[in-house]
Amino acid sequence: MALVKAFTQFVEPVDPPAVAVGESRRPPKIETVQMGFFYGTHQALRDISLKINERAVTALIGPSGCGKSTYLRSLNRMNDIIEGTRVTGSVMLDGEDIYAREVDVVSLRKRVGMVFQKSTPFPKSIFDNVSFGPRIAGLTNRAELTEIVEKSLQQAALWNEVKDRMRESAMALSGGQQQRLCIARALATSPEILLMDEPASALDPASTSRIEDLIFELKQNYTIVIVTHNMQQAARISEVTAFFYQGRLVEVGQTKQLFTNPTQKETEDYITGRFG
Amino acid sequence: MSLHGKIYERRLVWRHRIGLIFEWVCRIATFLSLGILAVLLFSIGRQAFGWLGWGFLTRSNSYEADQAGIMAGLIGSLWLVGLTAIMSVPMGVGAAVYLEEYAKPSRLTKFIQLNISNLAGVPSIVYGILGFTVFVRMFGLRDRPERFTCSLGFAQFSFELPLGRVVLSGACTLTLLSLPVVIIAAQEALRSVPPSLRHASLALGATKWQTVRYQVLPAALPGIMTGVILSLSRAIGETAPLAVLGAAAQLSFAPGRIRSIGDAVQHPSKILQAPFDQFTAIPLQIYGWINEPKAAFEHVAAAGIIVLLIVLLLMNGTAIFIRQRFQKKIRW
Repeated sequence: MALVKAFTQFVEPVDPPAVAVGESRRPPKIETVQMGFFYGTHQALRDISLKINERAVTALIGPSGCGKSTYLRSLNRMNDIIEGTRVTGSVMLDGEDIYAREVDVVSLRKRVGMVFQKSTPFPKSIFDNVSFGPRIAGLTNRAELTEIVEKSLQQAALWNEVKDRMRESAMALSGGQQQRLCIARALATSPEILLMDEPASALDPASTSRIEDLIFELKQNYTIVIVTHNMQQAARISEVTAFFYQGRLVEVGQTKQLFTNPTQKETEDYITGRFG
Repeated sequence: MSLHGKIYERRLVWRHRIGLIFEWVCRIATFLSLGILAVLLFSIGRQAFGWLGWGFLTRSNSYEADQAGIMAGLIGSLWLVGLTAIMSVPMGVGAAVYLEEYAKPSRLTKFIQLNISNLAGVPSIVYGILGFTVFVRMFGLRDRPERFTCSLGFAQFSFELPLGRVVLSGACTLTLLSLPVVIIAAQEALRSVPPSLRHASLALGATKWQTVRYQVLPAALPGIMTGVILSLSRAIGETAPLAVLGAAAQLSFAPGRIRSIGDAVQHPSKILQAPFDQFTAIPLQIYGWINEPKAAFEHVAAAGIIVLLIVLLLMNGTAIFIRQRFQKKIRW
């Protein structure tokens, strides 16, 4: 029910049919221009030009190995960790190139949070998990930390389940709870953008729908980019969908339009299940 | 080949039989090694019976077997292993962290890695010769040692350069000996930390150092501890390198010229002097006793072996205790 309510409340107003993708009145939060990506000599992404709107959900879909996860990880420069990777073109966040020499990758990742496919709680207590981000950023005040932890857990819809067990190990939580904990942990550093790499693919249907409800709530305040294999999920939660295929951005459009009336044949083949 | 019928049935009997035979081979291997160990312990225990007491632990050596004691060697060994731990743990863990977390794979790191693995297999006597040249003699740069005095206000100590046959030379040599094992064990422990943990930390805006300090090292600590204790256990039993360094088999005092507990309490500055004093160690004393012509020293040697085994057991026990505590704290 919350899902339906949220839909009517938030989706309709920011879904003006007359405005084409990337030409909304607000400037895009993230914009990649003719971006390419290389693992050594292998080119994983070519010529990706995509605008990602602020406070909206953008879904990246496509078959395995199409480059959507690579694209997502290049938005907070997590690909830097892998030896021999290279980015061409530009990735702009609020109009500034995040691959520019003077950009501090630590600050960038604080602004652009990330949730991974496999939930990765630290082998520490629930409190220590959520407070890790603020703490490493230099916050030491216990009261402030406690407040941030509570707020983040509430935002991630986990507070009521864990408020009496903050000292317990995060590893004791269920899979769905662990993933919401990871979302809370990412929110605790007060990012502007949340990148989600198939956040619900390892979860049961009930947990999945909780995560989807959560994404609906979160997009009021955050720009969300989500990679998903589940096309129903993309259709349910996103405003804009981008279809990747073989390292290229084949099509991007309003989610409803892309799923009902795709302009490219490859998109149509994929969403009708002819391949992938 | 058929998957049913007589041939299959006959083969099935054999498959089960082979499984049973293998289980028994493994069982015999286990109990055989345990049995040999039990026989050894029993024979040594019987020889040492009646010779191992408080007096044996607190006396230094004597020419009379029933007056001989292991105090000098026991304290000497504790000094050696303590100093070795202080030096080899930070260096070993540091090297492992560098190689696993920071160094980019290159020809140089491959070369370093190969050398560390090789060094772990070098016989300990070679380290003894190395330690003799580098620490005891310091390449023979000086014919006669020069004495330096260091004052710390409340106490002072003096040392010679080249160091000579002192505790510090021994500890440095044992450090070289145990470093490769510590590094390799720490690397294994770091490698077993899932990469996803590092990624999650970095994605939250942690620096590399914060990721290593707050996520990777705590998760790897139990494994690192195991490696450290194993290599220190090996170091405490080493005889050959210390003999090559020229350490005495028998001394009438512990390092720092300490002859009794009261001695150490009355003159605490002697403790400061200990690293720069001559020493002996438990295995050296045992070796000395075995070489004594008098038959009664057999029993003294056996008592010494029991002391060495107890020290080793205590060290391993501590390691297991610490490991379990940390593992509980990590809460996977």
